[in-house]
Amino acid sequence: MLLKNTDPWFVFKIDQLKNHAANRLTIPTGLGKTIDKQPFGSWKARPKSINNWKSFYLPVCKESATMDTESTYSGYSYYSGRSKSSHRHGERSRDRQRSRNKDSSRSEKSVTIQTPPAEPLLGNESIRGDETVQDDNWGETTTAITGTSEHSISQEDIARITKDVDDTGLDCTRHLGIAIAAVLGILVFLTPIAFMVLPQVLWREVLEPCGTVCEGLFISVAFKLLILLIGTWALFFRKPKAQMPRVFVFRALLMVLIFVFVVSYWLFYGVRILDSRDPNYQGIVQYAVSLVDALLFIHYLAIVLLELRQLQPMFTVKVTRSTDGESHFYTLGLLSIQRAALVILENYYKDFTVHNPALLTAAKSRAAKHMAGLKVYNVDGPGNNAAGQSRAMIAAAARRRDSSHNELYYEEAEHDRRVRKRRARLVVAVEEAFTHIRRLQDDEQQKAPGEVMDPLNAAQSIFPSMARALQKYLRTTRQQHYHTMESILQHLAFCVTNNMTPKAFLERYLNPGPTLQYDKNRWLASQWTLSSEEAVTNGLKDGLVFTLKCLDFSLIVVVKKIPFIKLSEEFVDPKSHKFVLRLQSETSV
Amino acid sequence: MAFVAGQPVTAVVQRIEIRKLRHGDNLILGFSIGGGIDQDPAQNPYSEDKTDKGIYVTRVSEGGPAEVAGLQIGDKIMQVNGWDMTMVTHDQARKRLTKKNEDVVRLLVTRKSLQQAIRQSLH
Repeated sequence: MLLKNTDPWFVFKIDQLKNHAANRLTIPTGLGKTIDKQPFGSWKARPKSINNWKSFYLPVCKESATMDTESTYSGYSYYSGRSKSSHRHGERSRDRQRSRNKDSSRSEKSVTIQTPPAEPLLGNESIRGDETVQDDNWGETTTAITGTSEHSISQEDIARITKDVDDTGLDCTRHLGIAIAAVLGILVFLTPIAFMVLPQVLWREVLEPCGTVCEGLFISVAFKLLILLIGTWALFFRKPKAQMPRVFVFRALLMVLIFVFVVSYWLFYGVRILDSRDPNYQGIVQYAVSLVDALLFIHYLAIVLLELRQLQPMFTVKVTRSTDGESHFYTLGLLSIQRAALVILENYYKDFTVHNPALLTAAKSRAAKHMAGLKVYNVDGPGNNAAGQSRAMIAAAARRRDSSHNELYYEEAEHDRRVRKRRARLVVAVEEAFTHIRRLQDDEQQKAPGEVMDPLNAAQSIFPSMARALQKYLRTTRQQHYHTMESILQHLAFCVTNNMTPKAFLERYLNPGPTLQYDKNRWLASQWTLSSEEAVTNGLKDGLVFTLKCLDFSLIVVVKKIPFIKLSEEFVDPKSHKFVLRLQSETSV
Repeated sequence: MAFVAGQPVTAVVQRIEIRKLRHGDNLILGFSIGGGIDQDPAQNPYSEDKTDKGIYVTRVSEGGPAEVAGLQIGDKIMQVNGWDMTMVTHDQARKRLTKKNEDVVRLLVTRKSLQQAIRQSLH
């Protein structure tokens, strides 16, 4: 199920005449999350007086109006993909921050930093409720919204989307599978014991006495059952880490096999032994032992099919992210497509840098400029020559003198320079900040001169000197929404506790890391959709292409077979390494 | 023709002008060279001083342009078209001689018999 751009988020834009606090009520109930963290930049521009609120906390619609004037397709086409309210809140605060960027660049104020982090959260939330009251430009901005009203949706759509998202039917199927497996397991485990106990219970008088061989078999049955129990626990008793679209073929096959096997044993037992009341107890016990042996072999088969078969690498997959083209290669063995997708996703969270939509806006604005350049008018009546029109447009665009490459080059050079300058300032500021504290030695415990602090307090005390440089750097590299002030303080306390250098502290901020490094609830996609042209339970094949879609982007996976390698041998005699001086070489000219 | 490192080399030279012969796709001169600063000078049969790493003529083909111009086997080539040949690698010497856009090479060569002839004429 994919959410298209008919997105509840747009509902907010239409309903903004109502109270902003009602925003969260119109969110589908499953998704309503309160904001627990504010992005890092917000605390800096705490308004000093109420009059400043207007300039600092602009409402969302005004933000979108400014975005509209910049480029036609800037914010909407991107934000349409989001449905989670947490993402939405993040964006809204990011929008606010961008406006604050513009404002603060116009008037450079001195920073008054107040460390308790809890306050801005409450302050911001209350302010948001008052936005509509304070904003005088309300009437202006609503007209800008209607330009995008083709994205409006009706009330029924909202209800439908709510129902879809809240669908709990998926959980039932997952638990059903586990329940069946558990029942089957218990049945299978108790069967040999039942085989041996039932004759004793039912026809003890007729039964032959159990000799030494028979009792030896009891011991072997007991130990084999114990081994089977431990093996099953090791292999199967794991928390399911994912939910697949289709049934896992091998597991289903094995369960069917076990079921058929046990049923056939019971049939034989019921017909030949129970009905005829066979007195040969040793034979019955040996029958039970053979069942346990066969179960152990099935367990071996399970290990081979489920675990060992896909260990040998046979395919190399290339995974490319659709938004920015970042690619990685992985090797996989013989897996079904859905299991391969699972492995790829696990590696995605570890290897790919976090998806940063803010870095894509430049490309979108350039694309918009290309498209907005030419307009085609149909003067010759209703004859719709679409192909001819598009060809004419392409030809005209090619002939037009386009200097956008020039702009891109200088813009990128300028951006690189700015980033490097800010990075240099940041590194220096952090190094200097780290010199302000030092670890208290054990023998100095008693005679400490100043106050003794725990790591978090120490972090809070050195944080202000580096805060401004860090914030500016994060803003320049468009990472400010990934780090809240609390997270930075905690990271600083962590680094200080573990005696890390300033460079180690900065590593997290200078390079965008993998998605796992950031707050799980906010940045990890919860639902992935696997779309492929072949059935997802088929195995991987050379040249297969499938995509894994989440809300913001998709991962395109191309499978290639590892080529057959012909390795031949060449024997090198260790004594064959001999050297001479080069003779006078003679060249004829 | 002993030389002292760092001091200018003095030698009696003969000027030889060879016209290259077109043989198929190549221009050939009709002789073979040996020696060079990257080669082993002890193996040079034509040099007096076995530390001399200069370029020597090791073979002259019969009737070729070099023989016609008067080049003899055992000559040490000092200059080719103005370029010095006393301190070059074997490959550089080959390249100087086989430039495709030059039809004529003007060599300055020296041999022991020249020295003796000059000495005899002086006395």
